[in-house]
Amino acid sequence: MKLNIKINEKSVEAVKGEKLLDTIERSGIKIPTLCHIKNMLPSGTCRMCLVENVNNGRLITACSTPAEEGMSILTHSPRVVNARKTIVELLLSNHPDDCLYCARNKNCELQNLSEELDIKQRRINGVKNSHNMDVSGQSISRDPDKCILCGRCVRVCEEIIGVSAIDFVNRGSKTMVSPAFNKSINVSSCVNCGQCLMVCPTGAITEKPHLDQVMSALRNPSKKVIVQYAPAVTVSIAEEFGLEAGKDMNGILNAAIRKIGFYRVFDTSFAADLTIMEEAAELIDRIENKKTLPMFTSCCPGWVKYVEEFMPEIIPNLSTCKSPQQMMGAVIKNYYATIENIDKEEIYSVAVMPCTAKKFEAQREEMTSDGISDVDAVLTTREMAKLIRLYNIDIKNLEPEDADSPLGTRTTAGKIFGASGGVMEAALRTAFFMITGKELERFALEELRDFRGVKQTRLNIGDLDVGVAVINGLGNAESFIRGVALGSGNLQFVEVMCCPGGCIAGGGQHIGAEKESIYARVAALYNIDKNETLRVSHENPQVKELYSKYLGKPNKQLSHELLHTTYKKRDVMK
Amino acid sequence: MEKIKEILDSYTGSKRNNLIPLLQDIQDQYGYLSETSVVEVGRLLKMPVSKIYGVATFYNQFRFIPKGKYNIMVCRGTACHVLGSSTVLKELEKTLKIKAGQTTRDGLFSIEVVACIGACGLAPVISVNGEFYAKITSEKVVEIINNYRNQEIQS
Repeated sequence: MKLNIKINEKSVEAVKGEKLLDTIERSGIKIPTLCHIKNMLPSGTCRMCLVENVNNGRLITACSTPAEEGMSILTHSPRVVNARKTIVELLLSNHPDDCLYCARNKNCELQNLSEELDIKQRRINGVKNSHNMDVSGQSISRDPDKCILCGRCVRVCEEIIGVSAIDFVNRGSKTMVSPAFNKSINVSSCVNCGQCLMVCPTGAITEKPHLDQVMSALRNPSKKVIVQYAPAVTVSIAEEFGLEAGKDMNGILNAAIRKIGFYRVFDTSFAADLTIMEEAAELIDRIENKKTLPMFTSCCPGWVKYVEEFMPEIIPNLSTCKSPQQMMGAVIKNYYATIENIDKEEIYSVAVMPCTAKKFEAQREEMTSDGISDVDAVLTTREMAKLIRLYNIDIKNLEPEDADSPLGTRTTAGKIFGASGGVMEAALRTAFFMITGKELERFALEELRDFRGVKQTRLNIGDLDVGVAVINGLGNAESFIRGVALGSGNLQFVEVMCCPGGCIAGGGQHIGAEKESIYARVAALYNIDKNETLRVSHENPQVKELYSKYLGKPNKQLSHELLHTTYKKRDVMK
Repeated sequence: MEKIKEILDSYTGSKRNNLIPLLQDIQDQYGYLSETSVVEVGRLLKMPVSKIYGVATFYNQFRFIPKGKYNIMVCRGTACHVLGSSTVLKELEKTLKIKAGQTTRDGLFSIEVVACIGACGLAPVISVNGEFYAKITSEKVVEIINNYRNQEIQS
């Protein structure tokens, strides 16, 4: 049903049931918000979206008030602007004001609002907070002094990720966002996904930076700094430079990385192909030898930690395969070091990831060989962009280059790892070949490619009827797994990705991306898959070479030793 | 630990709307909410611990460290305030070297701030384990504490 309302004295049509904020935005006017998260129920707590209802002279929140017939709304009347300004002044009254040194300088919603509302001085002097910073986490750091209590992190952690590692603590002026019992983040149930920092309007939640370590390794003449980058990075880093979303920067990224002075640049998608070889072999072994099923993917370190904390009983169901990042790390420091005759202690291995949890994963004690870490440092997509800017590399004037051999060739199966459903598709292509000796007729499994929370399909592989599911967003995991996957679902293989949409929307990506940008990134990955010819991991020539020269057979002795891992139950506050 | 099981058992099948009565029962029994008891409550009500801690810290009535052997309630109601209860509280904090809401290391004393004890005629008022002390001054605070300390040494 259509409603007639007036916005700034112009007639506008509203849809019954929709909130004023949606009507106003559709009419081409933007009003500031802080606590609001698109597509989630409004909380209406920050009051930034106040508008004036002319009919009764009241200031109302646009995010939570439904449009009604005959309403007349002013979005920027003097009263409204004044009220918004006061709100921001109050938020600033106890803010540390150390923007110059803040991780979110120039990309901060509070800073933007202050500029937008023309705030030139501290009018209200509040008592400054003096909480301790929490730098205990391997992935996430908290600076509660910068928190404006919008609550977006709390809601995302609870409603999207289903972990609830943090919540509001205390009351009134003492309120803060914190893990239970004011513990630090490293002993909380946090899975390091970083979705909280993606929605944080200020610098209250940030990633643990690894930039300094990488730069000092680059300056160290006795270190050979080798870098790998994840499939999702190439289609999203463009946004960090203000370029269009979904632009594939693969070749340009290679060139930029070489200009910075890295010794070799490899593509994690190669290791994704390797992961598929191992994972498909493991799946077939589990099916044929009637071992624990369904098997769950283990590429996502957020998901792996979640299992260790919340569902340790399904640890036997987790694939023992390391993630592509860690496989690449192990291959670089063992295979590559051997064939190039480099001492592996000389290698400093850097991974560029769309993810904050990868920083945690790289430091797990299981992820070492001979006491040496497989991966030494993990940069997020944002940090990589920062590094490129720091070296003043003009990304718009670079000629694309290829990644280095012998770990730089990838198939499109490895590339689509970046999207939810991609691992599953890639694994099925290879599992089908390993079982039947033939290639799948239909590579693109459209039913696994969308943004739904749970996606399922069945597939005939030879005589086997294989049921698979893809869980997109960790918050969808527990009920599906307990209800279907372990129950009557008759499933053999389940992919779980913590961040909604998959790695392309990970916690290490560009902050402030709209939904459309995320769609564009996914489309870019699937376009690569559509347009290239090498589409199955088992046909990757360099992967074949690695097996024939070094590893032997998938999921056997040496490959098992280097490329597989174990998990442990974790006791945390939950 | 037996008691906590009894309390939790009496809430079997409860939902999150029973959270506060359940926490109150536990606090009545133990005098505070321990980490382990909060984790147990979370398991029973299927609630994250962070959420329970958030609710519990919202209310003044819940504590997370055990009370001292002598729990000192300082009235900060209007009448007491007018007659100098903030000085009394400060003196108390100085003497015991703890803040309101905390317990001394030896476990003897804890300070609790309450809104109004309902004895405005005797302001400013403190009570120690339910025993009231009227018209308190800084000197009296020190004297009262010393008396309890001596009592402890003698026993």
